[in-house]
Amino acid sequence: MKLDRRGFFKIMGAAAGASLASSPPSADARSLKAPPDAYGCLVDLTRCIGCRKCEEACNRVNELPAPDRSFEDPTVLNTLRRPDERTYTVVNRYFPGKLDSQNQLVPTYVKIQCMHCQDPACASACIVGALTKKANGSVHYDVSKCIGCRYCMVACPFEIPAYEYHDPITPRVMKCTFCFERISKEGGLPGCAEICPVEAITFGKRSTLLSVAKKRIRENPARYIDQIYGETEVGGTSWMYLSGIDFDKLGFINVPDQPTPKLAETIQHTLFSYLWSPIVLFGLLSGIMWTSHKNGQPNDTEKGEDR
Amino acid sequence: MTHYPYPLKAKFWTPGVLVLLALMAAGAIAAVARFTGGIGYVSNLSTARPWGLWIGVDVASGVALAAGGFTTAFVAHVAGRHTFEPVVRPALLTAMLGYTFVVIGLLVDIGRSWAIWKPMVYWNFNSVLFEVAMCVMFYLNVLYIEFIPIVVERFKGRVDLPGLLSSLNRPIDALLGLADRILPKIMWVFLIAGVVLSCMHQSSLGSLMLVAPTKVHPLWYTPILPLLFLTSAIAVGYPMVVFETTLATSSLKLDGEMQVLGPLTRFTIYLLGLYMALKIGDMVVRGTYVYLLDGTARTNAFLAEMLLGVVVPWLMLLSDHVRRSRRALFIACTFIVGGVLLNRVNVFVVSYQPPVSEASYFPAIGEILITTGLIATLMFLYRFFVTHLPVLSAPAREVSS
Repeated sequence: MKLDRRGFFKIMGAAAGASLASSPPSADARSLKAPPDAYGCLVDLTRCIGCRKCEEACNRVNELPAPDRSFEDPTVLNTLRRPDERTYTVVNRYFPGKLDSQNQLVPTYVKIQCMHCQDPACASACIVGALTKKANGSVHYDVSKCIGCRYCMVACPFEIPAYEYHDPITPRVMKCTFCFERISKEGGLPGCAEICPVEAITFGKRSTLLSVAKKRIRENPARYIDQIYGETEVGGTSWMYLSGIDFDKLGFINVPDQPTPKLAETIQHTLFSYLWSPIVLFGLLSGIMWTSHKNGQPNDTEKGEDR
Repeated sequence: MTHYPYPLKAKFWTPGVLVLLALMAAGAIAAVARFTGGIGYVSNLSTARPWGLWIGVDVASGVALAAGGFTTAFVAHVAGRHTFEPVVRPALLTAMLGYTFVVIGLLVDIGRSWAIWKPMVYWNFNSVLFEVAMCVMFYLNVLYIEFIPIVVERFKGRVDLPGLLSSLNRPIDALLGLADRILPKIMWVFLIAGVVLSCMHQSSLGSLMLVAPTKVHPLWYTPILPLLFLTSAIAVGYPMVVFETTLATSSLKLDGEMQVLGPLTRFTIYLLGLYMALKIGDMVVRGTYVYLLDGTARTNAFLAEMLLGVVVPWLMLLSDHVRRSRRALFIACTFIVGGVLLNRVNVFVVSYQPPVSEASYFPAIGEILITTGLIATLMFLYRFFVTHLPVLSAPAREVSS
């Protein structure tokens, strides 16, 4: 089904703006939560050859269960896949319509994993703060806090977190960790970035990666479209993509530039900072109760005091 | 006006109760499957559809339909309209059981049921769900405290435990006596706190889905969703009281209490009218009426929610005749209750579009059995409590063939 999302977000933006304008000044200060010097990864889709070495390395370094079909099996690419509770990253093959000199369709390969948003909806949603944006850029999951409510999965605009639905007692939320432990060490790389044989995945400071990406576009405008997916999407993501083909032909979804948790957090903090509204309501109701009982008949206010 | 709640002397094991027992047994089997095979074994939930029937019905609708508790407490105790006292206790019982079963439903739905206490220790003030959870936890305790006087009234000075437990008779009686002395003096705090906590989490339940602007259909996704949830919860409070009182008095062969219920639903004209105005105004302001005739299942669910759940019963309530007729009033209130139920299911399940997968969702048999099992247990306990505790005050109906 097709909705006019652009128009819809415009309306939403206006509404959020209006609610901001009328709220107390302390409440609208929702600063961007992105860490100042976070790492990121730049995926250059024009370089990716679809070898799936990144999937294999991810599986190995994260000690995930063995896949149903070998990482060497090329027929795996015949279907579009999604990351799941046993797979943090997958590579999909698209034929967006470009032909080579022999009139063959040219494939474009797209690696999918957690985008590690700068202002993650999952971390905003998480009831216990088990998901947090770390200074190194990763959106980190702490299983020891998790209660399994799956609100992170509801919140994620990229439909990434998966769940161990078949574990009855201790299921976990499963998603790319950005190899948190590895990149916390000096010189450490995520498993996928380390193994990539064609340097399609560049790991580095997000600010550096953005200038690298812009340089590539500038120096080779025929090779790239003029967009970095992840630069501004949902307030920016740590994982960013360069492409020669329109992103919407490659399974990338249209998301707003505004961080998706913004409206919910603004409403919540406007209403409940310092618990001002419950306190006012309590006072108001006490007043009503006092007045009604002063004016009313002497009565059996309390339950159980009827007789 | 005086009313005297009393424990009923009704026959307990009726055919209806046996049906409840069968549903409870089926639900118990499904629950065993859930806790041995996992959520995936009994449900159709997935990465794309992490929330389904349990959140839509057991939790969101359970909370909304328990709103009779705080709305009757407000009208009778805070606003001091004592004519409505006879419905306060049954509404309180429904709310207490309703919230208890919201928590039990959550225990089934969350993956790590044993970790449900963790939000008390790990706080995330950005999370709407955190606030909802805290309010529900406090409110559930408030409801239990509000219920204590009913237990005191029945058992104070009459504690008579059998056998070995009889040595506990005196300490328990002393506790009841203590509660009887202290509670009446401080009950006003809990009555008001109950209303405040309810307003907080009833509205915040609506904020829950605001975190996913790209996933919720524009017919439902609006910045005033929390206000819509609050007004609809307040509006459904009295109709729910009518609904359950009529069911209970019919089943237990009691007088229908129309002299209380009819006037109570006069408020509903304004409350439901306010909700209707907000809902339609929101649709006009945001221009979402463009979707209304697109014929999709989602839009039709919205139309059903609005027309059958709000507009039709509101028009019915305008008529004096309807408000005086036990049957017509029951029908109107059933529509309102069904409308709020459908609204909650719509917001949490129907309106939800996974952005990438085209995953459709329909609850699995295991999910349905657990939900019906929980509802059956709630009704069973309601009957048990009104049989043994002074909750209802309607006199027995004149026997007529």
